[in-house]
Amino acid sequence: MADTSGTAEKTGWLTRLKAALRRSSSKLGEGITGIFTKRKLDDAALEELEELLIASDLGVTTSAKLAANLAKTRFNKDVSPEEVRTALAADVTEMLEPVARPLAIDLAKRPHVVLVVGVNGVGKTTTIGKLAKQQAEAGRKVMLAAGDTFRAAAVEQLQIWGERTGVPVVAKQAGADAAGLAYEALERAKREGAELLLIDTAGRLHNRSELMAELQKIVRVLKKQDETAPHDVLLVLDATTGQNALQQVATFKELVAVTGLVVTKLDGSAKGGVLVALAEQHKLPVHAVGVGEGADDLRPFSAEAFARSLMGLEV
Amino acid sequence: MFDGLQSRLNDVFSKLTRRGSLSADDVNAALREVRVALLEADVALPVVKDFVEGVREKAVGQEVLRSVTPGQQVVKIVHDHLVEMLGGTPGAEEEAAREGRFGGAAADIDLNAPAPIPILMVGLQGSGKTTTTGKIAKRLSDKQRKKVLMASLDVRRPAAQHQLKVIGEQIGVATLPIVPGENPVAIAKRALSAARLEGYDVVLLDTAGRLAIDEELMAEVAAVRDAARPHETLLVADAMTGQDAVNVAQAFEERVGLTGIALTRVDGDARGGAALSMKTVTGKPIKLLGTGEKMDALEPFHPERVAGRILGMGDIVSLVEKAAETIEQDEAEAMAKRLEKGRFDLNDMYKQLQQLTKMGGLKSMMKMLPGLGGMQDRLKNAKVDDKVVKRQMAIISSMTRQERAHPEVIKASRRQRIAKGSGTSVPEVNKLLKQFAETQRMVKKVKKMGGMQGLMGGGGPGGGMEGLLPGGGQGGAMPGGLPPGFGGGMGGGGNRMMRRAGRRK
Ligand SMILES: Nc1nc2c(ncn2[C@@H]2O[C@H](COP(=O)(O)OP(=O)(O)OP(=O)(O)O)[C@@H](O)[C@H]2O)c(=O)[nH]1
Ligand SMILES: Nc1nc2c(ncn2[C@@H]2O[C@H](COP(=O)(O)OP(=O)(O)OP(=O)(O)O)[C@@H](O)[C@H]2O)c(=O)[nH]1
Ligand SMILES: [Mg+2]
Ligand SMILES: [Mg+2]
Repeated sequence: MADTSGTAEKTGWLTRLKAALRRSSSKLGEGITGIFTKRKLDDAALEELEELLIASDLGVTTSAKLAANLAKTRFNKDVSPEEVRTALAADVTEMLEPVARPLAIDLAKRPHVVLVVGVNGVGKTTTIGKLAKQQAEAGRKVMLAAGDTFRAAAVEQLQIWGERTGVPVVAKQAGADAAGLAYEALERAKREGAELLLIDTAGRLHNRSELMAELQKIVRVLKKQDETAPHDVLLVLDATTGQNALQQVATFKELVAVTGLVVTKLDGSAKGGVLVALAEQHKLPVHAVGVGEGADDLRPFSAEAFARSLMGLEV
Repeated sequence: MFDGLQSRLNDVFSKLTRRGSLSADDVNAALREVRVALLEADVALPVVKDFVEGVREKAVGQEVLRSVTPGQQVVKIVHDHLVEMLGGTPGAEEEAAREGRFGGAAADIDLNAPAPIPILMVGLQGSGKTTTTGKIAKRLSDKQRKKVLMASLDVRRPAAQHQLKVIGEQIGVATLPIVPGENPVAIAKRALSAARLEGYDVVLLDTAGRLAIDEELMAEVAAVRDAARPHETLLVADAMTGQDAVNVAQAFEERVGLTGIALTRVDGDARGGAALSMKTVTGKPIKLLGTGEKMDALEPFHPERVAGRILGMGDIVSLVEKAAETIEQDEAEAMAKRLEKGRFDLNDMYKQLQQLTKMGGLKSMMKMLPGLGGMQDRLKNAKVDDKVVKRQMAIISSMTRQERAHPEVIKASRRQRIAKGSGTSVPEVNKLLKQFAETQRMVKKVKKMGGMQGLMGGGGPGGGMEGLLPGGGQGGAMPGGLPPGFGGGMGGGGNRMMRRAGRRK
């Protein structure tokens, strides 16, 4: 098994992030340029702009709002593409600023319990691996729990992340009860004085009520040992996802009290524009973004960088 | 939230009372709504534009049929165009169902090649390649009696090769032994030579997830293609994908060359506009749908079903799944048998009302039924809520056993007694009995039509289930006619859906 964590890492992460974000945002930027080159901000231009925003996964409501906001001050005036982009980026930054908050770990909890949830394949296990690396490097005593007892080789996958990051993994055989595993992991984390316990869970679609009930059971058994646990419930979202992300957040939030989001795969061509709509509707903090498959590819979420790159501006 | 193209269009046309042909203005107004509806369903912008132009050509000047509203007419045009764009023939599914065939599926994996047939699975990270590889292998080996070999070329993700091995053990399909350190091209070559030597019919090559813009990895998969010369190359993509679907599909088509698309996580509640985006930009058929994590959760692609879903016309499959989740199967089968024989009495009606409340009530069901977008609004306007269902259950509870089995004996004095006993009124009892009679008539009619299947497959606007709702919207809209639809679907035509509704664990 090749280790991906080392490859292409040393190029300087900011450059990579910029390149990735620029790549992923060029379409919207180009679109704006297309609409506003030598043109008034009239109804037709606004409608086109609105569509472009929708086409970046911002959703109909948020897009309409952004376009209307622009029209307030600039309607029927001559505008340059640059001006439109900058103005939109400023608006989006303002919307996202309140949700850009890193994950705060309370060392007094011993352990601070983080339950990681989300639909299938979004990057939960990988994100746990990355978080484990970050936190272990920051000197924290971390433990992982292989709570995905369903998917083939999910346990082994997390165990490899444990080896890579030098962090112990609590695991049982596949098919074991996930809630029981979580309970035992918390017991062991307490016993061994871990400061941070990251619990992986099987991917599940939010509309599968029986699977969501299973997740609620995990929360319940954790509370038996520590009423305040889990201290964070991280919902992992895939930047490639379209409007369904809104449903995902709404349901997971309702059923397992999600406290924050991580958005993965922002190194791809997807823009993650749905995040803007999410910030509007749910106001959940975005703790970090994933920009690759390696252990170091987790970044703090910056509202301005995200907004500017979304609009095709220099980050 | 989005409540279906139908109700949007009803709004657009509400002012339009005159009949005749659809004018350019009418069509333009409607198309604006269509455009937004498609974008909200995650259909990519360039595809939406194309699509809307196609609809415009078909719609302008068309006669509005007397029996439908202009809104319904446009929805029908949009729906049919969508089905065609997705690779189907409008109405084919309904026709197949009527003839008792399982039909409407557009394309399937092609095995018309000398063995061993290489099939290459590609796609973004986490899209479901490995799982779908297992599902296809299982189907080919169980149903088509093929000797299948699976090989994982994923040397990147932790435990990826092990994942495929475990799946192979679960489904009883061979996997190529793992040789640590071997590169993907070498693994592909080894898989093919092993397949030739050991007489395999099909070799499934699972690859690592990769971003369409990752030059290095796209070159790697192109090299694998050159080495393996796959007969099928399937892009595995998530039904929840947003606007990026076009970029991804285009990139994989250009760099690797696709023969088809497998859409996963169709068991979710995403509208699935990505299906249209990817089909349109690549011109390649969607061949398979992934409908769950389990190895048997694989289905042929049904354009009409996906079209209905993109347009927010409800998802009959979700409805059946929900029914399967909440309703005792024995009871459902018993009921289906009775319905097939055209039998339906007040006991049946009571059971159905009971099931309806178990399923989370009328409103949640309405959302899932195709062609009922408008109905939902009408129900809202009529202030019908689930309390009505409760009252109706109370009425039936107050009847004697004989009355329930032979409703024709319920004359005036009995009606008074029943109203009193249930704390309702005689008009309410009358209404219930009238609706019962209508439903009974409907059940008999359905029997004549050859069972429920003909009604389940429809999904088209204005047709299908809507016809099953007696007096819908006239103040007392009541579910009397609804439950036979799913009751019958459960036991009869819906058997296939029942199976896929099976839960994991
Ligand atoms: N490019 C890229 N790939 C990522 C990122 N995060 C995760 N992945 C990849 O996405 C795929 C799925 O990641 P997992 O961590 O297994 O996802 P999961 O949510 O645990 O999946 P399930 O447990 O099966 O539901 C893997 O191939 C990861 O390497 C990211 O930020 N960028
Ligand atoms: N609900 C549902 N889950 C699915 C479906 N197909 C795959 N999955 C799940 O999606 C997750 C990712 O599936 P994988 O098969 O590992 O995806 P992959 O494309 O091989 O992932 P990488 O190799 O990491 O790129 C797993 O949790 C699967 O169980 C589906 O049709 N429905
Ligand atoms: Mg996982
Ligand atoms: Mg895989």
